[in-house]
Amino acid sequence: MKSNIRSENDFDVLELSGEIDLHYSPELRELILGSLKGGKALLIDMSDVGYIDSSAIASLVEGFQTAKSTNLEYGLLSISHPALQVLTLTRLDQVFSLYDNVEQFQSQF
Amino acid sequence: MDTATTNAIEIRDLVVDFGSRRILENISFDIHQGEIMVIMGGSGAGKSTLLRCLLGLKAPTSGHIHMLGTDICHATKTDLYKMREKMGVAFQGGALFTSMSVAENIQLPLREHTNLDENTIQIMTRIKLDMVNMLPHENLMPSELSGGMTKRAALARAIIMDPKLLFFDEPSAGLDPITSAELDELIIKLKKSMKMTIVVVTHELESVFAIADRIAILGDRELIQIGTPHEIKASCDKRVIDLLNRTPRESIVDSDAHLKRLTRNAQS
Ligand SMILES: Nc1ncnc2c1ncn2[C@@H]1O[C@H](COP(=O)(O)OP(=O)(O)OP(=O)(O)O)[C@@H](O)[C@H]1O
Ligand SMILES: [Mg+2]
Repeated sequence: MKSNIRSENDFDVLELSGEIDLHYSPELRELILGSLKGGKALLIDMSDVGYIDSSAIASLVEGFQTAKSTNLEYGLLSISHPALQVLTLTRLDQVFSLYDNVEQFQSQF
Repeated sequence: MDTATTNAIEIRDLVVDFGSRRILENISFDIHQGEIMVIMGGSGAGKSTLLRCLLGLKAPTSGHIHMLGTDICHATKTDLYKMREKMGVAFQGGALFTSMSVAENIQLPLREHTNLDENTIQIMTRIKLDMVNMLPHENLMPSELSGGMTKRAALARAIIMDPKLLFFDEPSAGLDPITSAELDELIIKLKKSMKMTIVVVTHELESVFAIADRIAILGDRELIQIGTPHEIKASCDKRVIDLLNRTPRESIVDSDAHLKRLTRNAQS
């Protein structure tokens, strides 16, 4: 996994790439929770992500729950096909807010 | 992407004895990465024994097994331990720990093999429980589960680490058709979405043809045939035909012979 976080005016964008498994999900968790602590909405760009395992999904879920409890927007951007397959298997494609582009996400607030 | 077939498992000239009894003789075949391989054969044919060899739980008398590149018959303990992290196993009989709840059973591999955060462990457990439709039962103890629930819990535990290789001994035996069809569907989804290589031992013909990419048939200690469902259905081998037709044993009993069999050691 590689990651990069950048700040827009009223939200952070976390760009992820590569495979995310047990070895990287703790780092993913830190990145997500760290960003949310700043009190800004978070958009996670998953267009370049390969296979993700359920520990990565668990980190995404925990982030979503944290965002909800602090009333912050939280979205997944352009999920790659392999990652979407895993989300679908776990029925979480219906739980997360999925966006095709940044503008779509921005229009939420 | 690489579309060439790579082998997840290579079995070469495998021989297994129990004491002086030969159970398996010169078994050789490959299991491809990302396929569902069903192993069939009559009761006592050695299917579970073969699985135990693949898992490194039973050392073969001779022969080789390469799994994801590791020679597991001659691997060090450390290598075997590393391999096990990539393997999920649901055994014949379920084998959940009776002193722990369903959720605790399922989490066990995560606690043994990882340092993941407690929240991550809890969420992963619930994701897997939901996949096998057991989320409402997470706090039950194994003694409170039905046969189908036990199998589903065992499957959830087998996949908790997202293994590359999943071994499943008799997933649908003794289940009602709906539960068994649900398990079949889940096994196919695991292959497709999680890219797992899955080895299933089963007697249930309906399941076999629903899930198998290829089928290996054991009998008379040997690998009788291996092939696609289509090839197996077209087999001319009498043992394969019998296994598929599952002709009920001697429907007309020779009454004299049977009476003798039953009273052989009785004093008259
Ligand atoms: N621990 C053991 N000690 C001695 N013999 C064994 C042992 N385990 C299995 N066997 C023998 O090996 C043979 C194969 O057993 P195995 O359990 O592999 O069959 P199977 O194909 O899985 O049968 P089933 O369909 O009934 O589960 C049987 O004859 C059995 O008696
Ligand atoms: Mg068996």
